[in-house]
Amino acid sequence: MTSDLDIFVGNTTLIDEEVYQLWLDGYTVSEAVSRRLRGGLLERSGTSVSVLQSDTRDHFRTFQMLERLLHSPPRLCQQLLFQIPPPRQAALIQGYYAFEPALARELLGKKLSKGTKKELDEVSARTGLSLRACRRQFDNFKRVFKAVEELKGPLAELIQQHFLLPPPLARDYAAIVFFANSRFETGKRRLQFLSFGDLAACAQHMMGHWTQGAMTPEAAEPDGDVPRSFLQDLKELKVLVSDKDLLDQHKSLVCSALRGKISVYNEMETNFKVLDPCRSDHWSLGDLRLFLGSYTTAPRALGGFRHQLLWERYMAGISACLLRMYHE
Amino acid sequence: MPGKLKVKIVAGRHLPVMDRASDLTDAFVEVKFGNTTFKTDVYPKSLNPQWNSEWFKFEVDDEELQDEPLQITVLDHDTYSANDAIGKVYIDIDPLLYSEAATVISGWFPIYDTIHGIRGEINVVVKVDLFNDLNRFRQSSCGVKFFCTTSIPKCYRAVIIHGFVEELVVNEDPEYQWIDRIRTPRASNEARQRLISLMSGELQRKIGLKVLEMRGNAVVGYLQCFDLEGESGLVVRAIGTVCTLDKLSNTSAFLPACNSPSKEMKESPLVHPPSHGCRSTHNSPIHTATGSRLTQNFSVSVPTLIYTGMGSGSAGKEGGPFKTLLRQQTQSALEQREFPFFTLTTFPPGFLVHVGGVVSARSVKLLDRIHNPDEPETRDAWWAEIRQEIKSHAKALGCHAVVGYSESTSICEEVCILSASGTAAVLNPRFLQDGTVEGCLEQRIEEASPPGCGFCHIPYDELNMPFPAHLTYCYNCRKQKVPDVLFTTIDLPVEAIVIGKGCLIQARLCRLKKKAQAEANATSISNLLPFMEYEVHTQLMNKLKLRGMNALFGLRIQITVGENMLMGLASATGVYLAALPTPGGIQIAGKTPNDGTYEQHISHMQKKINDTIAKNKELYEINPPELPEEIIGSPIPEPRQRSRLLRSQSESSDEVTELDLSHGKKDAFVLEIDDTDAMEDVHSLLTDAPPPSGFYSCNTEIMPGISNWTPEIQMFTAVRVSRLGNINLTNQTLNKNFNDLCENLLKSLYFKLRSMVPCCLCHVNFTVALPEDELVQIAVTAVAITFDKNQTLQANKAPTEKSQQRASTDNEEQLQFPLELCPDPLASQPSLPAKEVLEGATSQTGIPAAQRDRCNSWIELIKLKAQTIRRGSIKTTASLDKTSPLAEGYLRHRSVPSCTNSTVSVVKMTPLSFLPGAKITKYLGIINMFFIRETTSLREEGGVSGFLHAFIAEVFAMVRAHVAALGGNAVVSYIMKQCVFMENPNKNQAQCLINVSGDAVIFVRESELEMLPVQPSTVVSQPTSSGGDVTT
Repeated sequence: MTSDLDIFVGNTTLIDEEVYQLWLDGYTVSEAVSRRLRGGLLERSGTSVSVLQSDTRDHFRTFQMLERLLHSPPRLCQQLLFQIPPPRQAALIQGYYAFEPALARELLGKKLSKGTKKELDEVSARTGLSLRACRRQFDNFKRVFKAVEELKGPLAELIQQHFLLPPPLARDYAAIVFFANSRFETGKRRLQFLSFGDLAACAQHMMGHWTQGAMTPEAAEPDGDVPRSFLQDLKELKVLVSDKDLLDQHKSLVCSALRGKISVYNEMETNFKVLDPCRSDHWSLGDLRLFLGSYTTAPRALGGFRHQLLWERYMAGISACLLRMYHE
Repeated sequence: MPGKLKVKIVAGRHLPVMDRASDLTDAFVEVKFGNTTFKTDVYPKSLNPQWNSEWFKFEVDDEELQDEPLQITVLDHDTYSANDAIGKVYIDIDPLLYSEAATVISGWFPIYDTIHGIRGEINVVVKVDLFNDLNRFRQSSCGVKFFCTTSIPKCYRAVIIHGFVEELVVNEDPEYQWIDRIRTPRASNEARQRLISLMSGELQRKIGLKVLEMRGNAVVGYLQCFDLEGESGLVVRAIGTVCTLDKLSNTSAFLPACNSPSKEMKESPLVHPPSHGCRSTHNSPIHTATGSRLTQNFSVSVPTLIYTGMGSGSAGKEGGPFKTLLRQQTQSALEQREFPFFTLTTFPPGFLVHVGGVVSARSVKLLDRIHNPDEPETRDAWWAEIRQEIKSHAKALGCHAVVGYSESTSICEEVCILSASGTAAVLNPRFLQDGTVEGCLEQRIEEASPPGCGFCHIPYDELNMPFPAHLTYCYNCRKQKVPDVLFTTIDLPVEAIVIGKGCLIQARLCRLKKKAQAEANATSISNLLPFMEYEVHTQLMNKLKLRGMNALFGLRIQITVGENMLMGLASATGVYLAALPTPGGIQIAGKTPNDGTYEQHISHMQKKINDTIAKNKELYEINPPELPEEIIGSPIPEPRQRSRLLRSQSESSDEVTELDLSHGKKDAFVLEIDDTDAMEDVHSLLTDAPPPSGFYSCNTEIMPGISNWTPEIQMFTAVRVSRLGNINLTNQTLNKNFNDLCENLLKSLYFKLRSMVPCCLCHVNFTVALPEDELVQIAVTAVAITFDKNQTLQANKAPTEKSQQRASTDNEEQLQFPLELCPDPLASQPSLPAKEVLEGATSQTGIPAAQRDRCNSWIELIKLKAQTIRRGSIKTTASLDKTSPLAEGYLRHRSVPSCTNSTVSVVKMTPLSFLPGAKITKYLGIINMFFIRETTSLREEGGVSGFLHAFIAEVFAMVRAHVAALGGNAVVSYIMKQCVFMENPNKNQAQCLINVSGDAVIFVRESELEMLPVQPSTVVSQPTSSGGDVTT
């Protein structure tokens, strides 16, 4: 006697967190059943495999019906079809939009296009995530990106509003959008050591210091982009490097300010500009912070340098990023 | 012109994309009532149109108001072709027609399409202005209240319980009209939905008229069903109990209304004549006038069982002088009624004097022989016949009334089985005339039969019974006789003394039958029915014994007819009544006693059975006090009788049908294993697994032995359809399959609800259908309620919990404005120091646990943010409110879940008549909804499971939306009366019809009642409330 039709509908939608996670991880019903079996559920609840199968199918069906609504979380809160208590709704949304940092790292800075989606099987192989889970997470990135693409205002807050995500997760998505917009080449070999967390933090610093939103609260432009005007202005700063005079003055100022304070003083002089050598010379994080602080403030004493405000704004972003990146 | 209906269409949201080119919709709305239609403007290019229409006014008769549903159609405007329908909303405006119920219907309704399901929502406001109508001969019955609840509704007092009311209307089924060949499935479905809605309205109005004639003001236990007869028509029928109800105001709740006897005497003739004359005209003269017509049909009435635990017989003579007195009085009150039936299952204390046992009647009819199918006469005659039989069965048990009465049908092609069942009872006549509880006679009854056991005492005469009787003196009062087992269809009376806990007991049975046509088919069914009843009864009795119990409540036997089989499913709640004797065990006996191994096997089985009984007694905590025999027997005057009784106790009893079946007077509890069949029976007895620990189940309202319910409830519907497959089916394999199907279903329910443990499944209601040759469909609706294991602990905990709650809300209130963006102190606190930690954690593990715990507050936070932004004025309001911290706490409490427009108010649903831990403060009217859903893309919608899952979820959603729009926050006495599912996988099609009903109510948590004795008016006037502003 086989059951053709087998359903359970609660007035309050029944959600099993464990099964939800299995569904999110991209398992099929039978895979999920065997996973649940391995978890020892049968012994604990004294039930049969067929009951477990029926239960799993039921949950998966519910999740499939919910998925459409999860694509637009505010709708999940407004819809009448499934009665779900608000804390559960929040948990469902958060679970659906959670992503694997390793996957995000792979996709960071890439165009969220069909082409990238096709490469997901490679990503899946590298990260150990199932292809389905990869696709869902990719689609989430893309959906969030599309939703805020044309909007104005602080990115993380926009995402939080549109997708009802907890702020930390919204900030991560903001970072993903930022990179997708600016297409930093994060895939470079030299940057491989940086985790998604590092880069996300950098993105936040850059957004925090450089974007329109950071300057005027009622930003007129979306936050995902570094404003063109700012990039234009940065050209002015080249003078610090291109003008030999200024460069030397700057250097001596910094050196004198830091003499005796930094344990690796000797190397500093030579490594004036780049991060990599610092590491190879085993700078401490404190040293780097001191150096950058001094490096930022030094030009105040430089005669003929007129872009102090711009310089400091630039350096605030850079310093924060460098400090974050500076780890083993 | 006695009424004005006003409708305003406010807005729509989440509409489907109707124009592929623009990905948008140009929506407008048609509002139709009767023959009048209004239209809103087209709101172009939007999926969230804001129509904000004027008030559409319909000036109509109140008769029309009762019959017609308000029909709202959302369409997509198309300049070049016909406008496309998006979907419809039917609104039953009946709740607006009586003064105490809802005053406005306002809220978001799902837009429903029979092909696509729910497609967005529409916000509608509906009001009715009724003018007083002095016309005595009016055809409407506005003002009569309807309740599905089968007890006196919580905030009312029954002044008089008048009695039975029934009505039936017939129409041609649109699906069988010639036009159906040329119209779309959608049009056909909509015609059907509309017709049933109309017929329900008409039926309710007609019943209302009868109620007015009987001088009642309400129908309680209203049960409306429809029969899809096919070619011969579509029948909507209803039964109920007419009452005169008085609304209880809190202050006068317990005022005794003791009238003088003389006054009653004057009053009673006023009360009764109308109740006599209220019978519908086409119903009463059936046996004579329509006799000739009846001969045209094929009709077999099956003399069915009367379950008392011991059997039936001719009418017993009156017992003692008291009984005679009582009988005469009851008789005077009931005799004038054609059918002294009551659909109630729970009664005011003192109403039920004695219970005789279950009476039931069935009748097999051929639908294609109805002479005049468009008229109700034939069906009326059928039902009258059955009711007459029930009445005579009750009389045979020495009872003048039938309580817990219900009727049902099962239809397969042209064969229809009509069934009726109830519990024969003797009632306290005072209630039938006047609701005074503190009557003088009543006190006498109380004296004669103590409250805890009185209803168990036999109403019939024990000296004059033609069937084997096994009576003992009541184990509680030792004054009156009681049977050894008691079967009833009612709920366990509140006053009943029960030992231990109860449990769900089911008897399941299949019988193969040859495929046949017309008379031959009906005859073979009628021949099978008594055997099935008998077997079902034996099974119930055995299972009851196996659990060490002695009484069944809420017994419901469903016989379903299919093409080639009959199925019987009986459900009841077994309990151990302290008044009844301890049941004897079950003995099994072999046929060939000389065979050694065989005997060993038998004794092994016997041991197994004995072990099971012992285990069950422990499980259900059945530890009746041990009574020495002398004490039991001591008050019995006649020694001759006593010895007989003691003897019979060990033998136990048997029931006998009016057709004395092969078993004769054989002892039912000696199971003879004479062939493999019997072996199977014993095995199947033992296969019923007890529910896993922490679970209890019953099909009644209350579970004896559990009282400390928590407010956590989960109502659900589960449906399974199984293919029996095998062609060479025997009764045994069928039985086993059916048994497994039911057991597995129960098992999966227990598994699904395991997080609610300790919990009880209440009101477990199974319905069986045989939609096709080899398909069995089982639908279960029930509610799971969590209870607290430690009652005392809970009582202590409650006040502290409350004070904590208060403290926290107060706290939040103070913090709300300083921390405007993070009003939740829990959320705001960790956000600063833990920020970096969290960031780090996110990048490594996805979602850290800490974050997950906090997610509750995010949604709330966002909502609160929106709330504070949107409601600029709230600050001043709130600060004003601060003078009364209680009211304010309440306000906030309510506003958190429901105030932002992003949340939907919670609507609870339950098949019970109450909500644990809550008080029902208002009944808003009856919910009676009928939906059809069809698909031509079954595979795409997730197959049969996906299709039905979505449909049932949609039905729930529509019920909730209607309740919320009425201003309610719960549906009680919810029932899914019909779920007709048909599939055609080859054509990728499926269709389903669902009929549900219940009572929309407003409830208030008991804890909130204490916190806030007077409801603050500020809550009601909140700007964001869309009619469904509701506590959770």
